[in-house]
Amino acid sequence: MSMNTQGRPTGIGIAPAGASTPAGAFASTSGSSLLPNEPLLFEIGDTEHSGVDLPDASIGDEFLGGFKRTTPLDLAGLTEPEALRHYVRLSRLNYSIDSGMYPLGSCTMKHNPRLNEKTARLPGFADIHPLQPVSTVPGALELMNELAHWLMTLTNTSAVALTPKAGAHGEMCGMMTIRAAQAARGQGRRNVVLVPDSAHGTNPATAAFLGYSVRSVPANAQGTVDVAAVKAALGPDVAAIMLTNPNTCGLFEPQIIEIAAAVHEAGAFFYCDGANFNAIMGVVRPGDLGIDAMHINLHKTFSTPHGGGGPGAGPVVLSEALAPFAPVPFVRKGDGPLALVEHSSDTHLGRITAFNGQMGMYVRALTYMLSHGGDGLAQAAKDAVLNANYVKARLTPTFSAPFGEGPCMHEALFDDHFLEGTGVSTLDFAKALIDEGFHPMTMYFPLVVHGAMLIEPTESEPRQTLDHFCDVMLDLAADARAGNAGRFTGAPTRAARRRLDETRAARSPKLKWERAESLPRAAE
Amino acid sequence: MTTKYTEDHEYIRVDGAHGIVGITNYAQDQLGDIVFVELPSIGQKLKKGDEAAVVESVKAASEIYSPASGTVTEVNMALAAEPGLINTSPDADGWIFKLKLDRAAELDALMDDAAYAKHTA
Repeated sequence: MSMNTQGRPTGIGIAPAGASTPAGAFASTSGSSLLPNEPLLFEIGDTEHSGVDLPDASIGDEFLGGFKRTTPLDLAGLTEPEALRHYVRLSRLNYSIDSGMYPLGSCTMKHNPRLNEKTARLPGFADIHPLQPVSTVPGALELMNELAHWLMTLTNTSAVALTPKAGAHGEMCGMMTIRAAQAARGQGRRNVVLVPDSAHGTNPATAAFLGYSVRSVPANAQGTVDVAAVKAALGPDVAAIMLTNPNTCGLFEPQIIEIAAAVHEAGAFFYCDGANFNAIMGVVRPGDLGIDAMHINLHKTFSTPHGGGGPGAGPVVLSEALAPFAPVPFVRKGDGPLALVEHSSDTHLGRITAFNGQMGMYVRALTYMLSHGGDGLAQAAKDAVLNANYVKARLTPTFSAPFGEGPCMHEALFDDHFLEGTGVSTLDFAKALIDEGFHPMTMYFPLVVHGAMLIEPTESEPRQTLDHFCDVMLDLAADARAGNAGRFTGAPTRAARRRLDETRAARSPKLKWERAESLPRAAE
Repeated sequence: MTTKYTEDHEYIRVDGAHGIVGITNYAQDQLGDIVFVELPSIGQKLKKGDEAAVVESVKAASEIYSPASGTVTEVNMALAAEPGLINTSPDADGWIFKLKLDRAAELDALMDDAAYAKHTA
């Protein structure tokens, strides 16, 4: 047996005597030999093996002030192929945009063009450090300036704060600039923020987090917000309205210009949630609609990856009235080279994040913009809207559309009316979709729609994929209405795991691995 | 025995100085499948409008506010094992807690059957 310098075997794992699970062995889940029932790393490896050959560090006892570990570290050792295979097998349990259609859409992940990854790995972007002298990174500043230019041009706004790390952070940044602008006008006592009841949950949360009270504005029967309802809610105590356009029902707010005028007339500001900018980029400039601040999710609209939990990037564009209050740092273009403004004594907010934001995401987003061009971005938005309407047209009238069968923007919204009396809920229906090889759509959101199913195919799905998806959806709907509830209430049956108890997972999560009695411990 | 309703869709079924609190059929339908209920503790003193319980559905977590002031005398332990009782039987088996009322007169401000039916129409 090969050994490292500490005398630990480095070969492929051979089970120590008495171990019931041979190192490296795994059992398949019942009925599907291709889906591994993957054990934890600690259960694959064992303490007698090591995948690396580290030299003895020879740190004397005195180096640690007399402290010395008295018990074994008890870490499982694995060879490189064992560790590699573990993670590859785990990845096969995952559903990803790279393996199939994601009806959650850009909200969660749209296709990430591989060109983005290539540019993000260029050493001039990938290997720089935020603390190195600014004079050594003119390319990075140029890129930030160019990205800011694109964002301001696409939105017709005067300034942009690049640094917010995600949409909700961008909302907070935007609302902080609004608060600063009102304080500067001597209107600091405005303490109410209007939020339509179809809003993203982060909108009222942002307002509340900043100490505002939230006044809800009801949606009308068409699923949009009325000027009349906004006017009724406006008053001298209102600081701002937070509105999403296109809204969470997948509809364009047709009265947005009148709403903006009413808001401004009342001395308030208009914050627009830009989460759904994918539907209108290059087609509508939000600045033309009268918005004062809007965050743009680079990780949604501009295709930077975020399915693994980040990092996101939520730059906020600002109107002329709010521009003087943008946070530092920002890039300033003068006669000489670009300058990074990190300190400002005038009206600018301070920092809202360390350093300069998500540089890797800036590179990917600008790559997406430049590779598409202005016309290509507009085409992507139009294709996203076309795809959603194609799905909506194919699924209606089998599926019930709460706000009529008219056109939608980039998301097609259905309610659970068509499932009435079938014993199948929206949740069951979504789980059955897993068995057909698709990730479920957004469920139970927006809250204003009963048993909502929100489908966002994005611009990158070809018609064949949309047809396959619609065929499956129609087949499921027919089956539900034919009384075959079992296909739904028991689903999923073909996935690596059956339906999870989400309540128990949330309420009593098992966060600590406990060694099974049968597994060997490190020798004392 | 009379039943009164709040604008937030709690009901209280009153018998003398005692009331049984739950959420209405309309509320359970709007919330969808209920998956968890956080109950108040017995002996807890509540003022009208205090947060008394939390009902969590596949859709949202919603606070349940006490429709009246009083002391919690009993909670529906069956909901711990079977929160879906609120969906299947909001008015009967799916009750949430019982309250010994401080002031029965407080209930006058709440809606009766007819007013609540109009409220949810």
